[in-house]
Amino acid sequence: MSKVMVVTSGKGGVGKTTSTAALGAALAQQNQTVAVVDFDVGLRNLDLVMGAERRVVFDLVNVVQGDAKLAQALIRDKRLENLSLLPASQTRDKDALTEEGVGRVIEELRERFDWIICDSPAGIEKGATLAMRFADVAVVVVNAEVSSVRDSDRIIGLLDAKTRLAEQGDRLDKRLLLTRYDPARAARGEMMKVEDVLEILALPLLGIVGESPDVLTASNMGAPVTLHSPASAPALAYMDAARRLLGEDVPLTAPAQRQGLLSRLFGRKAAA
Amino acid sequence: MSLLGFLTRGRSSAPVARDRLQVLLAHERALSSRSDLVAVLQKEILAVIARHLPIEQDKVVVKLDRGAKVSTLEIDIEMPDEAVQRG
Repeated sequence: MSKVMVVTSGKGGVGKTTSTAALGAALAQQNQTVAVVDFDVGLRNLDLVMGAERRVVFDLVNVVQGDAKLAQALIRDKRLENLSLLPASQTRDKDALTEEGVGRVIEELRERFDWIICDSPAGIEKGATLAMRFADVAVVVVNAEVSSVRDSDRIIGLLDAKTRLAEQGDRLDKRLLLTRYDPARAARGEMMKVEDVLEILALPLLGIVGESPDVLTASNMGAPVTLHSPASAPALAYMDAARRLLGEDVPLTAPAQRQGLLSRLFGRKAAA
Repeated sequence: MSLLGFLTRGRSSAPVARDRLQVLLAHERALSSRSDLVAVLQKEILAVIARHLPIEQDKVVVKLDRGAKVSTLEIDIEMPDEAVQRG
């Protein structure tokens, strides 16, 4: 049975699009058929992060409005044949999407794919509420930082109120993905710890992705990090998260603290 | 204070962040369906008072302090002497 998963956060810049690309590719690498859908109408970027920006002909708005068939708008990934992208429109605005039209496209996607991953725009307006509207699973991407945690709390409230599942009285499967985490700073008390964020937001943890230059490099190259550098720490974290989404019981490992000479010295002093 | 303590003094901002968020979110969750509650309270309280006393809107100061256990809504209304005497 296919699953619709929204990747959302409220706040911008926390890693929604990167996480959508990485989780989509990771699920495809686990032999699932996957469609990643960019809901950020007007500010599309998933095509760029996936390296498909030069192949966009039609987009989500065209399909919703009936100007193009779904098969015409889907872009198949060049590296993984079971991974496809439905890009957002760059020229229209979010009002071009209607709930009825989005629902129709999602239903059609459900017939072809195991996973439909909706990359939500930042904010809590129409684009974000439509991206979450038909979700079975929600991944709330959060950084260990006050404004991100507050916005995530707001988004969790919306997930419990505005999704179709919630309105039917069913339970939406909500998970937390902690990204850009810096264990060294958390250890020094400069950044909230994993436990702090979990205690405040009270959602099960899907994974922890450490702050890493590999993520930026992968985006620069136009490839999901799980494909570009599969042995890197963030790639392994996303692969584990994908396996958890598939129901596997994968133990959580917090990102290792990379110690510099200075912190090693201080660490020793503190221990002494 | 040890050298280490001196160097790392003031760096533990994370517990402050956590505590501030816990207080704030407790309020935002409680008010999520009534995010305008304070505005409504203010308006209705002033309307009751206005039935008995003339109130100048710019002489009204409203303060809200959200605490961990107790919040206070403070409405400070300046009443002209003649209004009180007349009333």
